[in-house]
Amino acid sequence: MDIPYTVEARPDTGVYNAKVGIWLFLSSEVMLFGALFSAYVLIRVGTPAGEWPHGWQNLTLGTLNTVVLALSAITTLMAWVACKIRQFGKFQFFHGCTLLLGLTFLCIKMVEYHQHLNHYEIHLTDGRIADGDMLQNNPKQDYVVIKGRYAAYEEDLYDLRAQKNLKETEIKIPRSQIKDMQSYGPWHNDYLALYFTLTGLHALHILGGSIVIGYLWGPGRRLWKTDPERFTNRVEVSGLFWHFVDLVWIFLFPVLYLT
Amino acid sequence: MSLKAVHLVFVSLLTLLAFGCAVWAFADGRVFFGACGIVAGLLVILYGIYFLKKLKKVSYL
Repeated sequence: MDIPYTVEARPDTGVYNAKVGIWLFLSSEVMLFGALFSAYVLIRVGTPAGEWPHGWQNLTLGTLNTVVLALSAITTLMAWVACKIRQFGKFQFFHGCTLLLGLTFLCIKMVEYHQHLNHYEIHLTDGRIADGDMLQNNPKQDYVVIKGRYAAYEEDLYDLRAQKNLKETEIKIPRSQIKDMQSYGPWHNDYLALYFTLTGLHALHILGGSIVIGYLWGPGRRLWKTDPERFTNRVEVSGLFWHFVDLVWIFLFPVLYLT
Repeated sequence: MSLKAVHLVFVSLLTLLAFGCAVWAFADGRVFFGACGIVAGLLVILYGIYFLKKLKKVSYL
């Protein structure tokens, strides 16, 4: 059985069916991310003044990831153009680049997650707070070692941007002095919960897109030999999804890294 | 709306992001980051012009 309108435009919509399908899907994605952005705005507006974190993200890695995604959008377009002008070799090169850039993005994101999950806020029995990256946390030892600093109040930890040139030293803390300690995971506060939810969902989309692009670059390329026009349309549809994911990042980056 | 049209939207927003980052960086005292933002914004504009010329014959639909 032949699937209709995979290449030629459907008379009532004016475009081929897969394009209608991807736009319907993307509209549902807009609603999904829109709801999460709304949650971010509402929670941020409802947070008391001075209690919203600033400067908690690694700006260098965030910027690097923005560049990586921007380049991947360009290579996606180039891959589609290469298909349109029937240069399969160029398509393979550009789509391969997109795949590599997508995987690079995920690797950088994992480094960022690791940095957050290895960062601890430790409340001490004397009322002080030790905050920093965990260096040693062996349950067999009666102490932990972090590279960080002491803070008198929790509020001192929120705005890191205003506290430039913070001096961080190695601090050895006996376990007997620890009241409680928690890493900077999604459970830490609203900001990090939103950060992990938004970026985690976005990273899942990058992973999904990479799988599709990898399929078209690998086993899916067989279609090129039998029906290059239909293959080109598939590349366009995957490119539309990839651009949507890139557009989401263009909004995520300033919201999470700059504000 | 074809990939060409979406790419144009993407390039426009990327330009805004680059210049927006530059403004934010200068306000925050990060001169190098700000300068990079301006250079990136100009590069994206140049790329946008190049890509529009290159894809002149491709439809926006």
